[in-house]
Amino acid sequence: MLSIRNLEAAIGEKKILNGINLEVKAGEVHAIMGPNGSGKSTLASVLAGREDYEILGGEVEFFGKDLLELAPEERAGEGLFLAFQYPVEIPGVSNTNFLKAAVNAIRKYRGQNPLDAVTFLKQMKEKMKLVSIDQSLLSRSLNEGFSGGEKKRNEIFQMAMLEPKLAILDETDSGLDIDALRIVSNGVNTLKSKDNAVILVTHYQRLLDYIVPDYVHVLYKGRIVKSGTKELALELEEKGYDWIKEENEVLV
Amino acid sequence: MDFKENILTHFEALKTKIKSPEIIDEIRASALYKFTKLDVPTPKHEEWKYTNLKNLVNKTYELGSRTRLETDRYATFINQYDEETANILVFVNGEYIEALSHLISPASELVITNLATAYQQHSSTIEQHFSKYALYEQEAFVALNTAFANEGVFIHVPANTEVKTPIILHFIADASATDVICHPRNLIIVGKNSSVMVCEHFNSTDTPFSTLTNTVTEVYVAENAYCEHYKIQTEENNASHLGTTQAVVQRDGRFNNTTVSLSGKLIRNNLNIKINGENCDIYMNGLCATTGNTHVDNHTAVDHAMPNSQSNELYKSLLSEKATGVFNGKIYVRQDAQKTNAYQSNKNILLSPAAHIDTKPQLEIWADDVKCSHGCTVGALDEEPLFYLRSRGIPQEQARAMLVFAFADDILERIKYQPVREYAEKIIAQRFGMEE
Ligand SMILES: Nc1ncnc2c1ncn2[C@@H]1O[C@H](COP(=O)(O)OP(=O)(O)OP(=O)(O)O)[C@@H](O)[C@H]1O
Ligand SMILES: [Mg+2]
Repeated sequence: MLSIRNLEAAIGEKKILNGINLEVKAGEVHAIMGPNGSGKSTLASVLAGREDYEILGGEVEFFGKDLLELAPEERAGEGLFLAFQYPVEIPGVSNTNFLKAAVNAIRKYRGQNPLDAVTFLKQMKEKMKLVSIDQSLLSRSLNEGFSGGEKKRNEIFQMAMLEPKLAILDETDSGLDIDALRIVSNGVNTLKSKDNAVILVTHYQRLLDYIVPDYVHVLYKGRIVKSGTKELALELEEKGYDWIKEENEVLV
Repeated sequence: MDFKENILTHFEALKTKIKSPEIIDEIRASALYKFTKLDVPTPKHEEWKYTNLKNLVNKTYELGSRTRLETDRYATFINQYDEETANILVFVNGEYIEALSHLISPASELVITNLATAYQQHSSTIEQHFSKYALYEQEAFVALNTAFANEGVFIHVPANTEVKTPIILHFIADASATDVICHPRNLIIVGKNSSVMVCEHFNSTDTPFSTLTNTVTEVYVAENAYCEHYKIQTEENNASHLGTTQAVVQRDGRFNNTTVSLSGKLIRNNLNIKINGENCDIYMNGLCATTGNTHVDNHTAVDHAMPNSQSNELYKSLLSEKATGVFNGKIYVRQDAQKTNAYQSNKNILLSPAAHIDTKPQLEIWADDVKCSHGCTVGALDEEPLFYLRSRGIPQEQARAMLVFAFADDILERIKYQPVREYAEKIIAQRFGMEE
């Protein structure tokens, strides 16, 4: 469903992505790991369509469409979802109204009628259970004053509501306590099917105990420098990134 | 004709037309004299640096009167709120139109009448309060208003009375054949332990002629009384407004003002609040959401003369096209006003490159044991929240509208009288393309 070839991107003068290659097929779970500042969030943002980045080269296909040509909202309509590493607080926009606007905008994009209030509420109740999110959070302003963990949970709740084909979770596990991690992971696993795919950006093996990846990639200095199976994550956990860095200094 | 000469002819004509008690005549004559001595402000005056009255004072006005008698001409302005549950008073070009007004509160609960009537029927209260708070010695337009003070609302809530029925004042400027100036004058007295809600709504008919409404409202909030006060401005492009609201709040009193400016040509709002006793609670909320060439200048001043009180001020503006704005917020904390808490915040979003705001906080603090803070922001709509909403599938225009509406609603939410709040929300939602 997603095919990234030689993607290069910069912000201002600074080049951050130096030729990313990645293939994601329906039904797969990919984990992307890598040291701080290696470009993981940048890759996620570029895929979601953040306009601050300049694309210097390469291409991205999503279900055969040129993803880089699409506006962020069109990408969402096509089935892309990014759970942000740092979800923004939006005072004055109620979580529920926001979700309704999002759900119906995506339905409209797909040529479907808007959900009526009853169906929407029913769906919301169902998905709330899935990630054990409290009703009180939903009547509040979007993410405003939410704790770190509540924000992350809210991201997964949105994902559950929007049912994307490709979900990119950028460090959704950071800041979650053990129980929340299990709940969020269960949610992701429940939503997982042979028709959709997940990219997990994480620093920690413990998430991968819950959501087992088919592939693990290491991003370093804007490149995927190593790919493997879930054993690679265990190796990284044990050895850290120094050996990866050394290998690549040699290459350079 | 020169502006002052123009005013003098109005004054001569008015003298023959109206009869008021001698004491009022004296105040008026003295105010007129002051007006003739004071300069009409120009941008050289510090307080008028960003608001140029040149195109207002170069016109020859007729003094406002009921130019049209067909009252259904004004129906659309009046039926915007639920009439059944409010006291409604209508003023056209500054004159009271009884036929369009609708008073439901019983006389035992409150006195509410045209000012001219109050001059005759409530002369002792008038003597005690009229022109005692909005001082005209230094202010040309307050002097001008006082010189012509005859019609407007007089509200007197006796002690220990909670007035549950809101009071809505519609001021309609209607220049149908010439340029028109008018000077509505209001006096609101809230007695000890009493409360009342008053909304002043300014409108104009859309005609080729200009109107200038020069209004003054004096508010006296007695011990432990509470006044909830709104000013809503939805005039047309032909209409300018110079207004002063002067409130004096006594011990344990509360005064909340929310000013919402949505359209008009040139607007200057002076909101001055004097805290005259301990333990007062003051809110000043303002929203200016304008387009086109509208200019809105909000000057606020809160004077903490006594200790242990607090004032909270939040003014926001949302300017698009070539709209311009001014915010000047003064906080005075006098030497005696220890333990004062005073907060001020001014947030501005410019939605187009031609929109512009000049903002200036002014804190003057003589007491040492106080908590004061102020802050101000000016900028375009934030990109981060916009991207967040778009990444969830919400189209750019809709996402912008949601954020703009949320920004404005932060102020409108503070309007406790729901029909007024909903009315303003609807205008904002339509103007900025917010879908239901
Ligand atoms: N707006 C920006 N301006 C300048 N540099 C930026 C900007 N955004 C990101 N960068 C830089 O790009 C590099 C990659 O950042 P990115 O957030 O993608 O890293 P990351 O791999 O997600 O790191 P982490 O594991 O800490 O989340 C960093 O060096 C960062 O400082
Ligand atoms: Mg990151």
